[in-house]
This record gives sequence, structure tokens and C-alpha cells, in this order.
Amino acid sequence: MTLPLKLSRRAFLAGLGAGLAVGVMPRVGRAQSPSDKKAAGGLAPHVLIHIALDGTTTIVCHRSEMGQGIRSSLPILIGDEIGVDPKRVVVRQAEGDKKYGDQNTDGSSSIREQYDSYRNAGAAARMMLVAAAAKRWKVKPESCTTENHFVLHRPTKRTLAFADVVEAASKLPVPNKDFVLRPFSELKGIADPKLPLLDGLAYVTGTAQFGADVRFPDMLTAVIARPPVVGGKVARYDAKRALAVPGVRKVIEMPVPKPPWLFQPWGGIAVVADSTWAAIKGRAALDITWDHGPNASYNSDAYREELLASVRGKGTTHRDVGNIDTAFAVAAKTVEAEYVVPHLSQMPMEPLVAVARVTKGQAEVWAPTQNPQANRTSVAALLELPEDKVTINVTLLGGGFGRKSKSDFVVEAAFIAKELGDGQAVRVQWTREDDVKHGYYNAVSAQRLRAALDDKGAVTAWHHKTAFTPIGGTFNDKLDTPAADDLMQGVTDLALAAPNVRAEACKAPLHTRVGWYRSVYNIFHAFAVGSFIDEIAHARSADPREVWLDVIGPARKMSLAELGIPKQPNYGETLDKHPVDAGRLRNVIERVTKMASWSNRKGRALGLAAHRSFVAYSAVVVSVVPDPVRVFRIDDAWISMDAGIVVNQERVHSQLEGGLIMGISNALYGGATMTNGATDQSNFRDARVARIRDVPHRIHTDIVASTEPPSGVGEPPVPPVGAAVANAIFALTGKRLREMPFAKALKI
Amino acid sequence: MKIKINGVDKTLDVDPEMPLLWALRDVLGLTGTKYGCGEALCGACTVHLDGHAVRACVTPVRRAEGRAVTTIEGLSADGSHPLQQAWLELRVPQCGFCQAGQIMTAAALLAVKPKPSDAEIDQSMAGNICRCGTYTRIRSAIKKVAGVPDDGGNQ
Repeated sequence: MTLPLKLSRRAFLAGLGAGLAVGVMPRVGRAQSPSDKKAAGGLAPHVLIHIALDGTTTIVCHRSEMGQGIRSSLPILIGDEIGVDPKRVVVRQAEGDKKYGDQNTDGSSSIREQYDSYRNAGAAARMMLVAAAAKRWKVKPESCTTENHFVLHRPTKRTLAFADVVEAASKLPVPNKDFVLRPFSELKGIADPKLPLLDGLAYVTGTAQFGADVRFPDMLTAVIARPPVVGGKVARYDAKRALAVPGVRKVIEMPVPKPPWLFQPWGGIAVVADSTWAAIKGRAALDITWDHGPNASYNSDAYREELLASVRGKGTTHRDVGNIDTAFAVAAKTVEAEYVVPHLSQMPMEPLVAVARVTKGQAEVWAPTQNPQANRTSVAALLELPEDKVTINVTLLGGGFGRKSKSDFVVEAAFIAKELGDGQAVRVQWTREDDVKHGYYNAVSAQRLRAALDDKGAVTAWHHKTAFTPIGGTFNDKLDTPAADDLMQGVTDLALAAPNVRAEACKAPLHTRVGWYRSVYNIFHAFAVGSFIDEIAHARSADPREVWLDVIGPARKMSLAELGIPKQPNYGETLDKHPVDAGRLRNVIERVTKMASWSNRKGRALGLAAHRSFVAYSAVVVSVVPDPVRVFRIDDAWISMDAGIVVNQERVHSQLEGGLIMGISNALYGGATMTNGATDQSNFRDARVARIRDVPHRIHTDIVASTEPPSGVGEPPVPPVGAAVANAIFALTGKRLREMPFAKALKI
Repeated sequence: MKIKINGVDKTLDVDPEMPLLWALRDVLGLTGTKYGCGEALCGACTVHLDGHAVRACVTPVRRAEGRAVTTIEGLSADGSHPLQQAWLELRVPQCGFCQAGQIMTAAALLAVKPKPSDAEIDQSMAGNICRCGTYTRIRSAIKKVAGVPDDGGNQ
């Protein structure tokens, strides 16, 4: 979507009053914006840009910072287009407000969806500054440019500081079309491999303000005992015992949610206290008896069998090319395999937390949220207030990975603040156990893949059946089967050379809450497809790299007819702009295998996998070596990604490293399991994640230089990793891992 | 209870069983030390007690009585500690939440092992989780400060 480009100065200035200013985020209670003096007047050609009379340039970051580096990247892109001196730029974090356009920081979408509108916004500011200077010099605007906070008249080398032309520029009409963009080569910041981190110093000195760091005098802390089973409720509890704990002030019954779960709070009992410690102790004293409700029969082991039975039966066909039945009937060889991936938990390092304060007719929230606009709508509905009476301030996020795009934790804080009333500030703090046990888990899945091979080993038919609990079930409790659009993530957008292809969605009813987790359904689809291609290669005694390229087929852009689908949601992008491009997928495979010296792999154990997601292409090679204690160790890894034009190369490299490591973590340890409806795991002891010893000594990252439109970056590194690790372990040990987490089978 | 915190003598009037983490965060307002697990499983709350790395989330405040506690806020006044500088130069942080704990653990390691081996780094840092996946850069930053050769990290 595009941003509303033309916005009145009044609306912009109104925005400056709220929210947290940045760099080092000021503590609550101090001035929260650039000084009003600077904000009065100046040039405001766009809701995200303000140039004060003294030239100080404020760029609003309207997306949430959760480690992907948007607060460093967005100002560089806009600032380069304007022509600023980076030292004179202030970055302000936006509060949740529709005037900023879509703020949902999800789906690897920030740059991919808004690259053009960010550049147009910067260009509009530059065009106005240039026009004002050109008028003063009596020269043509085309002969001028901007550089380092000056307007420059190229022929005479005359300059005027932004401060000298801001006022005149602000009186000019704001361009809303015919934007004059800089040549790409002049956008120096976005290609700078050494761009500093905007919040780097704050991070390493402990002054960065995350959700739990928001402080008010006399603020109270709440922890909540939530039903262990989704749909359960409190039967009885003992408020007196909790209130007897020193420091406990109040015990509050949370509202009982009704299906569909949406992003409703979970119910249960909140204990409000002077300190986190008192609240935790008070909660432990509640002595709650639960009525577990209809999902108490949900058991992961039995459900695994149910899903496998589902993919062994017939599903709903969503991709159909040729006739697979005929092809299998005459196949020289058939390869088939089943793959299982459990629920996965996001577990950001910062557990969920939100601070709220409700006074008569007004509410204010501070939260590490991926979706402040949704929070605002939910809080306004809860409190029966108009949205303009609700302010959602966005702090830094200590990781998000999709968990913080749900509003449940924010609404909990607003509800408790309402119960306390009188503007009493309260912080709802989730413990790690709360986070592990009350997740919007990634969908649990089983898949069955089948390939028909001719006598030369070519794949003549491809049959993919997938059963997973669709996220739609969180919003519509009648939904029990993935929809056609859900198969976009790695099933119906998969480039295949086979002339006969069928993909089916199989039943998988939902008994808990599921939600997005970094790269979502791509995690298990890429694991199954990437493992299966390796299995075909071994069945053919062929080089997996050659088989990958054979299975994908020649470089081409896939039509809907060739894909065998009626439409392709394509992550909200058109196929014209972002086609399913087999050539780009081949290219990252060729690059990553070259980097890893794949052809020289004798005596090494390498695994390869590749995947298209969020309209980007990534390929991974992993090297494993024997380890006396742990069977194997991942010693080296290579990742190549084609994400079109990338903004802030340095942070994209860091996303490649981090995505690769999260992929390793999912593959080795991922898995939330349920017994009688309740999550078995509780903390990092049993809800394991990758630690430093689990990750390669080296990670070689490669970004394809491209002039294609920007794709997603944050999620696409993750999907191919699981299969690459499994394939490398197979190369080392001959053991085929078809189920995550691998730790279970490897006993590590 | 009297505790020296970042070089300053403080008097704390709290439940002696309260974990040091919550005393630092809720009572003293030192929020650089993070809560990540509450069970000494993730290292986000790492501080120094008389120079040794401890997990503040499982350290009752009484254990710190009469002793010196250093938090990330006290590691240097201005981010000038060599580890903080290396962290910035190699752009280690992603979300940044775990990094104070990572730096405090690394500082305690280098205090006793100025030139740690790869295995010693992995062993010392094993208790510090990073979900963003900055581990390879953490290794590189520690080696940079230690002045030992580094063939890893981002290439």
C-alpha cells in the first residue's frame, strides 16, 4: 500500500506531540518530541518528514524496530533522497495512528511495500527545497540538486543551506506526482556496508528503552494466571492467600474470552502488586482450580497420527497440472516420504509486557508492539472510547518474530488499568513460562510427498499433500483445513519442471491458538520440499545440486497456467512486479554452491536447500562435521539471497546471519507439544533454542546485486535452513531426519 | 541492606529473598539488566558480583549484602569499555535485548582469561541466549578485544 503523501502541516505537528523520540529514548515524563520551537513552522511535505527552520530534519519511523534495523534503514533511504547530513537527522518513533499508513510490522513488508512511497516522500521534500533555492538564484530547478543539507546549483557551485530555504520552500505546493528521483547511484547510504546502528550505543550501555523499561512513579506490576488450556476458565481460586503476600494490592478477574480467539486476552486471574517479585509470589498463592474446557483432549502425540492419517487420505486439490495418476502408473521409480513439524514458539528474548494508564475518557499504552494500530482499535473497543482518545506508544521490541503482532498482552494491560482507574499506571509482565505456555504457535504440520521418475531419473510427476492448522482458525473456529491461499507459502508458488503436478490441502482442526512466526508456513513446506529433493537425488545416486536445478527446471517466469493455479496471492504483490522466477531461484543455488565449493565436496558433509518466500529467493549450504559428544556439529554455513534492491546492506547481512541461526534453532530444538490441552514446555530448559555452541563458526552471506523491486528480507533467510541441515546430517551419517526437532532423534 | 552498586553505596529495604534482578529494576530503576527467564537459563540478567558473573534473576538480594554489584550501567560511564566498542564496531546487536547480559558475561570471561580459545568462549557464553542470532558476531567481538585471530563472523 502507499502512504497518504499529502498531509496538512497541522496533522504532522499534532503527531510531533506524542510518542517517544529516539536515539536514546527519553524516559517517560521527559519531553517526548523535538522541541516545540523547532516543530513550529518548517517544511512538512509528508507525514514522515519535517524539516525545521534551523534545518533539523525529523524523520518518523512508523514501523516497529525488533532487530531488523528499520530505524536505521528507513531514515537513510528517505534522508538520501532528500539529501541530508545524517548528523542533522532526528528519528522519531511513531505512535499507532492510521495517518502514518500501514504500521503492521509483519510479513517482511516495510521496505518491500513502501520503498517507492518513501523515495517519493524524500523527493518531494528535495524538490521543494530546490524550487525555493532556484527561485532565489533565478535559475532552473533542473540545474540544482541537494547534498549534505545544502541545495547546490551545479553550474556555478553556489550553495544554500536547507535552513536558508526551508521557510520559502514550506510555502510552495507539495508535489504529489512527477517525483524526480535521484539516480540510484546517488543513494550512498543504503549501499554503505558500514552504516552505524541508530540505537547501537543505547543497546550496549543498557539505556535502550524496551517495553518493560517504561517507568512511572508509583507504577504497579501485574502478573496473570492464565488458563493452561485454550478455552478453559477459572473454577475457583483463593484471593485471600494472594492478598496476604506483602506488596500485593489487588486481585482482578480477567474477562473470559469466547471463540473465535482472535487476539483476545486469555482470561484468568491478575495479581497486582508493588513489585514484579511480589506479583509473582502472589500469583503462586492463588491456588486456582481450572475448568479446562473442550480442548483438554488435545494431545500432540495423538494429533501427529491424526495429521499423518489426514495426508494419507484425500485432500482438496489446489494445484493441478497434467495428470499425475497416469504418470505414476508408468513411472520407472517412485519416491515418497512424510515430514512432520510441530508447533513452534516465537520466544522473543523480551517476554511480552505492556504498560497502561486509563483516566476518565483517555487511555495511554506503552508497548513493544508490532501492530500499534490494531492495539489502538482493540483498546478503544474494550474501553468504549473513540480511537483518538487512545494513544499507543511503541517502545523498542526485544524481538518479535510475529508474537508481538497480536494484541492480547496490550489489551490485558488496558483492562487492568481500567479496573484500577484514576490514571494508575500498571505494567503487565509476562514471565517466560507465560510466554512458552500461552503462545500463538506456528501451525503444526504433516506432509506427504511423492515423485514419479522416468528411466533417466527425471521427475515426471510431483504430488504434495499438506495438513496444517491454518491461522484462519484463530479467527474463525469453524475453519479446519488450509485454504488455497495458505498453500502460497511454498506449495503452489514452487517452480517445478515436472509436467504433472498436484497439491492438496488436508484437514487439520485447531485446538489451540496459532499465529505467525517468522516465515510461517514456509518453515515446514521448505523443510519438506528441500528434504524431498535431496531424497530424490539419493534415490537417483545423483548430485543433489544437479537434481535441485532439474526439479526447478530452466530459468523462466512461471505463469498461473504453468503453476496450475487460478490465482496467486503472492504476499500481496502482483505477479507482474514479483513473478515466480525460476531463474532467480536457480541463481541463488548456483551462487551459494559456488561459495561453498560444492563441486569439491568429497570428504565433507554438505546439505543444500533453497526456497522462494516473501517474493525473495534464498539458498543455503550447511557443512557438518562429526562431534564426539553430539554426533555432529555445524561448522560452516553459506547463504545467498536475492531480495531485489536492498536498503542498508549491513543490516541485510545481519538478517541473513540471524535467519540462518533461527532456522538452525527451529530444526534442532523447535517444538511446543501439548498434553491434555496444556503446553508441556515451560522455560528455556525444555523449550530449547540454539545456543552459541550450536551455530557455525563461520557464516558466509551473499546478497545478489539487483535492480529488481525490493522483496522481503527478514523472513526469507529462515525457510531453507531446516532442510539444508537435515541434508547435511544425511550426508554425514546416512540418517534421514524427516521430523523436527532433530534433537529428539539424535538424542542431543 | 547495604550494597555497593556501580561504585555507589546503596541501602535497600526489601524482602531479602527478592532476586537481585527485581531489586535493580523495580526498586533502583536500573533497567539495563534484563528479565528473560527467571531461572538462570538465558543470561539476560547477568551482572558482576565482586567481579564474577552471576545471574541476577536467581541471586537473592541478601547474597549481595556488603558486596559490590556492577551492572551494564556501571561497566563504563559512556560506552567506552572495549567490549562495548567492539560490539558497536561489528554491529553485533539486532534487537539488542540480550546484549547487556552478553557483554557482562564476556567482560567477566576476559577478566580471568584475556586470550580465550574458541572452546572457552563457547563454554563461557553458553548460558547467554540470543534469539536474533548474533552469536557469530559475539564471538568475533570478543576475539577482537582479546586480540586473538578470528576466522569467523560475518564474511
